[in-house]
Amino acid sequence: MPQIFHRSANIYSKASIVGGVLFAGLALTLILTISRSSYATQQNVNRDQPVPFSHAHHVGGMGLDCRYCHNSVEISSSANVPPTKTCMNCHSMVWNESPTLEPVRASFRTNESIAWTRVHDLPDYVYFNHSIHVNKGVGCQTCHGQVDRMALMAQHSPLTMEWCLDCHRQPERYVRKREDVFRMDYVPPSNQLELGKQLVAEYKIAKTENLTSCSTCHR
Amino acid sequence: MENTSTVKELSLAERERAAVIGPGHTFATITDKIASIVLHEPSPASWWLGLLIGLTLLSGLGLSVGYLLFKGTGIWGINIPVGWGFAIINFVWWIGIGHAGTLISAILLLLKQRWRTSINRFAEAMTLFAVACAAIFPVIHTGRPWLAAYWLFPYPNTMALMPQFRSPLMWDVFAVSTYGTVSLLFWYVGLIPDLATLRDRATAKFQKIAYGILSLGWRGSAVHWHRYETASLLLAGLATPLVLSVHTIVSFDFAVSVIPGWHATIFPPYFVAGAIFSGFAMVVTLSIPIRAIYGLQDFITLKHLENMAKVMLATGWIVFYGYLMEIFIAWYSGNEYERYMMINRQMGPYAPFYWALIFCNGIAPQIFWWKKARTSIPILFIMSIVINIGMWLERFIIVVTSLHRDFLPSSWGMYWPTIWDWMTYAGTLGLFLTLFFLFIRVLPMISIFEMRTIIPQAKVAGVHK
Repeated sequence: MPQIFHRSANIYSKASIVGGVLFAGLALTLILTISRSSYATQQNVNRDQPVPFSHAHHVGGMGLDCRYCHNSVEISSSANVPPTKTCMNCHSMVWNESPTLEPVRASFRTNESIAWTRVHDLPDYVYFNHSIHVNKGVGCQTCHGQVDRMALMAQHSPLTMEWCLDCHRQPERYVRKREDVFRMDYVPPSNQLELGKQLVAEYKIAKTENLTSCSTCHR
Repeated sequence: MENTSTVKELSLAERERAAVIGPGHTFATITDKIASIVLHEPSPASWWLGLLIGLTLLSGLGLSVGYLLFKGTGIWGINIPVGWGFAIINFVWWIGIGHAGTLISAILLLLKQRWRTSINRFAEAMTLFAVACAAIFPVIHTGRPWLAAYWLFPYPNTMALMPQFRSPLMWDVFAVSTYGTVSLLFWYVGLIPDLATLRDRATAKFQKIAYGILSLGWRGSAVHWHRYETASLLLAGLATPLVLSVHTIVSFDFAVSVIPGWHATIFPPYFVAGAIFSGFAMVVTLSIPIRAIYGLQDFITLKHLENMAKVMLATGWIVFYGYLMEIFIAWYSGNEYERYMMINRQMGPYAPFYWALIFCNGIAPQIFWWKKARTSIPILFIMSIVINIGMWLERFIIVVTSLHRDFLPSSWGMYWPTIWDWMTYAGTLGLFLTLFFLFIRVLPMISIFEMRTIIPQAKVAGVHK
C-alpha cells in the first residue's frame, strides 16, 4: 500500500503540538496586550479640537489655576468644561482679532456652545465624582498628568478599571496633601507610603473593601 | 485485554458475548459492516431527512440568538420574580443527557461491562454534542455573549476582575469545561484505531488524507496498542469522578441558594441519578432508529436495550425517591415556606406540570419491571421520549415553581416562555441532531476494534478447553 504522506509529515505533526501551545499562548498574550494598548484605551492620543486650546500656554505659561475654568471640581461630580464667557473674560481684550479664536467669538455672538471633543470619556455605567477625589487628596496630575505641558489635551491615563482599582486598593500610594492637589509640578516625597497612610487616616478615606465594592462606582 | 484464565470464566463471558452480538460475525464482517456505512454506502433517505430537520431547527437557533443579541433578554419570558427561565432549564437538561456517555465509556469500562462496546461510541458523541448544546445557554443567557469571557474565566483582564469563586455558577464553569475536555479526549483516543482502519480502507484521496491526519500515524503495533490501553484506562479513571461531580455541582447552583424548593441536601445525588436516567433515555431514543436505519440489529441487540431499560428503572427510582423525599422534608421541616412551596407545586398554577412530571419519571418507568416491556422496541422508544420529557419537566418545576411565589405575596408572578424561548430550545435540539447526523456520516458510530474483541474468536487463543 503506498504511503499517503511524505516522510516529512512526521516533523509537521510533531511541530504542530508545540505550535498549538505556542499559538494559544501567543494569541492570549496578543489579546491582553492589545486591550491595554493605546489603540484600545486611547491613552496619549492627541484630539483635534474646534479651537486649538493649549493647556501648556494657559496653565504652564501664564499660571492659571485649574479651578479658574474647571470651577466645580471641588463641589460636583463634574469638573465643568467652562462656558465661552469664561474664555471671553480675557479674549475680549487679548487676541481679540485672532482668526484662530473666531469660533470662540462666534460662539459668544450666537450663544451656541463650542463643541469640544471629549478627551476623558468614562463609560456611562461608571459614576465618577471629581469632588470626592479632589477633597480626599487625589491630585489632578495623578490622573490627568502634567496638563501644564500639553499643547493639545491627551488622555494621560489608560482609564481601564484595573487602573482605577490600582488606587482604590492602595490609596496610600497616591494621595497627597489637600494644598498640593492642584499643583502640576508635584513630585511624591520619598516617604510617600508613610505620608499616604497618615493622610488616609486624616482624610478618613474609606476602607479598601468599600472602595472596591461594585456599587461604589457602578450604581 | 481481558484476562480469561479459567474455563469457567470464559464460558460465562462467552454466554454474555453471544447475547451482545448477533451470530455468525467474523472480524471481517464487523469491519466491513461498520466501515462501509461511512465509506461506501450512500446515505439513506432517512439520513437526509434527519439532517434536514436538524438544519431547519438549527436555523431557528441562529434566528433566535441573532434577535436576542439585537434586542436583549427582554424577548424571553423571564422577569422578576422568575429571573431564571429556559436558559437554566435547558442547560441542566442537556448537561444531564450528556451523562450517559461518560457513564457508559468510563464506569462501565472499569467495571468490565462488555455489553457497552456497541453503544459507547455514539453515547460519547451524544455526550459531546449535549455538552455543546448546554454550553450555549450560559454563554447567551445575558444577551451579551461577547462579555462571557470575563464572567466565565479567570484571566488578567483590564478590569482586574476575577469571577466570584464562591459561587457555584463558577464551579459549574470548571466542572462542565473539564467534563467537556475529558469527554472529547476520551472519545477521540477511542476513535484513533478506527480512524486508521478507515484510512486504510478509504479509496478517495481526500478521505485518505483526512482520516490519515486524524489517525495520528496509528499503525496498530504492539507499542501503539499498549499506549492506547494505558491512555484509555487513565482517561476512564479521570472521567469516572466526573460522572458524579458534574451534576453534583450543577445541583449546587440551586442547593447552595436559600430558596425553598432549591435549598435541599438531597439535590446532588438526585441530580446525578436524574442525569444518568435522562442520558440513557436519550441513548435509547437515538439507538432505536439508528439500528433500524443502518441494519445494526446484530450489534445493538435487544440485550443492550434491555440493559439500558434496567438502568433507567434503577435510576428512575432514585429520582422518584428524591421527589418523595422533597415532599416529606417539606412537611418534616415545619417551615411554612417549604410547606407552601410543596403545596403550591402540587395544587398551584403549575400543578399539571408537576403531576405530568410524577407520571413521566415516577409512574411510567415502572413498566420496565416486565421483561416484555424491556424488550419491546415500541415501548422502549415511547418510554425513552416520555422520560426525556419528564426530566425536562423536572427542571422546569424546580426552577419555576420555586421562584414564582416569592416570600412576599406582593412579589408573586407567573412565568411563561415566549416563542423565542421555544425557538432557542428547539434550535439546540436542531444543533444536536445536525451534529449527530454528521457524526454518523463521517465517523464509525460503533467502535470497530472493540466489537472485534467481543466475538468468540478473539478470546480462544491460549485457553485450553
